[in-house]
Amino acid sequence: MLKFIKHHLDTIAGVGIYPLISFVLFFSFFLLVLLWLRRVSRAHIAHMSDLPLADQHSIQVTADHALDH
Amino acid sequence: MTERFQYDNRIVKNFLFVTILWGTVGMLVGLIAALQLVIPEFNLASWFAFGRLRPLHTNAVIFAFVGNAIFAGSYYSMQRLLKTRMFSDVLSKIHFWGWQLIIVSAAITLPLGMTTGKEYAELEWPIDIAITLIWVVFGINMFGTILKRRERHLYVAIWFFIATWVTVAMLHIVNSIELPISWTKSYSWYAGVQDALVQWWYGHNAVAFFLTTPFLGLMYYFLPKAANRPVYSYKLSIIHFWSLIFLYIWAGPHHLLYSALPDWAQSLGTVFSLMLIAPSWGGMLNGLLTLRGAWDRVREDPVLKFFVVAVTCYGMATLEGPLLSLKSINAIAHFTDWIIAHVHIGGIGWNGFMIFGMVYWLVPRLFGTQMYSKKLANVHFWLGTLGIIFYAVPLYFAGFFQAMMWKQFTPDGFLVYKNFLDTLLEIKYAYWLRALGGSIYLIGVFIMIYNVWKTVKAGKLVANEDAEAPALEKAVVISDGGYWHRAIERRPIQMLILSLVVVGIGGVLELVPTFLVKSNIPTIASVKPYTPLELQGRDIYVREGCYTCHSQMVRPFRSETERYGEYAKAGEFVYDHPFQWGSKRTGPDLLRVGGKYPSSWHYYHMWDPTSMSPGSLMPSYEHLFEDALDTTTTVKKIEAMRTMGVPYAADFPAKANADLSAQSAVIAADLKKVGIDALSDREIIAVIAYLQRVGTDIKAKPATTEAKP
Repeated sequence: MLKFIKHHLDTIAGVGIYPLISFVLFFSFFLLVLLWLRRVSRAHIAHMSDLPLADQHSIQVTADHALDH
Repeated sequence: MTERFQYDNRIVKNFLFVTILWGTVGMLVGLIAALQLVIPEFNLASWFAFGRLRPLHTNAVIFAFVGNAIFAGSYYSMQRLLKTRMFSDVLSKIHFWGWQLIIVSAAITLPLGMTTGKEYAELEWPIDIAITLIWVVFGINMFGTILKRRERHLYVAIWFFIATWVTVAMLHIVNSIELPISWTKSYSWYAGVQDALVQWWYGHNAVAFFLTTPFLGLMYYFLPKAANRPVYSYKLSIIHFWSLIFLYIWAGPHHLLYSALPDWAQSLGTVFSLMLIAPSWGGMLNGLLTLRGAWDRVREDPVLKFFVVAVTCYGMATLEGPLLSLKSINAIAHFTDWIIAHVHIGGIGWNGFMIFGMVYWLVPRLFGTQMYSKKLANVHFWLGTLGIIFYAVPLYFAGFFQAMMWKQFTPDGFLVYKNFLDTLLEIKYAYWLRALGGSIYLIGVFIMIYNVWKTVKAGKLVANEDAEAPALEKAVVISDGGYWHRAIERRPIQMLILSLVVVGIGGVLELVPTFLVKSNIPTIASVKPYTPLELQGRDIYVREGCYTCHSQMVRPFRSETERYGEYAKAGEFVYDHPFQWGSKRTGPDLLRVGGKYPSSWHYYHMWDPTSMSPGSLMPSYEHLFEDALDTTTTVKKIEAMRTMGVPYAADFPAKANADLSAQSAVIAADLKKVGIDALSDREIIAVIAYLQRVGTDIKAKPATTEAKP
């Protein structure tokens, strides 16, 4: 795939580096998201997922949810 | 310190009511269009014909029904998730009335034939500008609200709204670059293959970022709300978000498989479409699993029932979509009713049922009462479900079997169904069943309207709902510096920019090569610009919406070259502003129709299609015989083409109308020979001129260098 794009864009000097850079960006971003998800505290996730229910003060539900994980 | 404030419920109510109103109108137009397909006489007037009502139907359900629902749902959820009133009541009002004005202008201009001829982007340039302005108003209101929030972290639903806003803005602007020649007519700046690529980059992502991401935002808010439990996995929703917006933007070219689009772009579309299964199903499972342990409530609660079927339809459609972008499956499904079934699983299943669930959940809360009748809501649910099945199943069958008929050969190597019409008449029954399914679905909507009306009568609008929340403290220094993602969650503007970069990279890498690189579109020396008469005829072709039933894209299959002629080459379309490849064949492909029949055939056929093709379902176009061709626009049109690089000579615009009259006279004389007294200044002459020209250039002289399709 990279070969085709490079071939068509070879009028621009050193164009091959652009798709490579974007791929590296994509991939490392995903890795970072996954890494972060492994490290993030359970309390933060519980807080975030409770946001839609916050105006109902559903503490009970949150407690149930925490047990599931 | 706790602050007291009020949520604006009036704006939510307004958006919700027009959602129901325009939804009903849009579906009604869809039902009319469905009936017009089986009863040609039901195409009652030029403005009441399938070719003009189909764009009205698609625009109404996408931008009026679903659009207003996005605004209703996001205005409700944003205020509560951010613990603040909307940024500005004035902007909310401008947004509301501006959007309704756009819808009304669309409902007037589309039946009048004012169209750019690009699917789901048919609206002409003044309306395009209005859409841009109102979208900016929505953006300011949204980001203003986010900036004055009382909750530090942005819930994932808000991310989906931000990504929606920024991507739709980008898509709309790039795809709408057009050259106006009057208030009601413009030409797409792009031509042929490039126009097709931009259009389906837009078209596919309209599905992705107008019908999907905002609704996922709504799902992540309203489903936990209705189930009264948090989403199954918040972590999964984060992966869902990033992978979806990373991948979706690349998938557009899967609408152009086997077309004259360069191969590398087609493959790109397929690869990314397949990858999309993962985040889509992750999202679907996240939604359904939120209900784990609460399935007993699904049996009781119509809101949850609607949500469950909606999310299931999302799962079905997003599995089917990637499968359809496999070339072998696409070869069968493309151009058939299979696609119509597929999009309606998404449209009336996913979007429709999400909206109905939202309506039944919101209306009692906005009016401080209970739903008038749970029983009627259940009836609506079952009618809707039945409607979806009756709509989609016959069309799946029809699409598959028609494609098989198109491809069937006798042992001697001839087409079994030589006449396209025979394959259409075989599946006519499915068109009736589809209309039946649509009617059942619509009856359900009417029951909902009654139910909502009774509920509203019983309650009183809580226009301003009291709320309280602690003020947002100044950002505290957090020790966990490595938690960069958490930092993004607190910074909406960075989130906006990051989303734009993500979707921007996809767009640029996909579009730029096709624009810059000549070798992608091999030049064919014999391809010449249209004559002024043909150009006028082509514009009538666009105006009447011929592309809604006829493709101009012969794929490189033996079954197609045998039926239609030489397959399509990228270099043939370089003067086509806009491209007219089409996406559905209710009638045969027209790319090689030029020179296939005598002009008299077209003359009789346009007046009464059944006279030439007994049993034809095409409507009559009598008004083309009555209306004189407007030649005052000719010079402007040729000049516009010159501006866009079509190689007419510098002195040609001045001579254009003389050229036009001369060619009209030749066609009229040709008709005269077989005893037809045709007036040479009528629109039909221009249409015949165009139809006789389409796809003939390639036959003229030996074609030059040509890449494989």
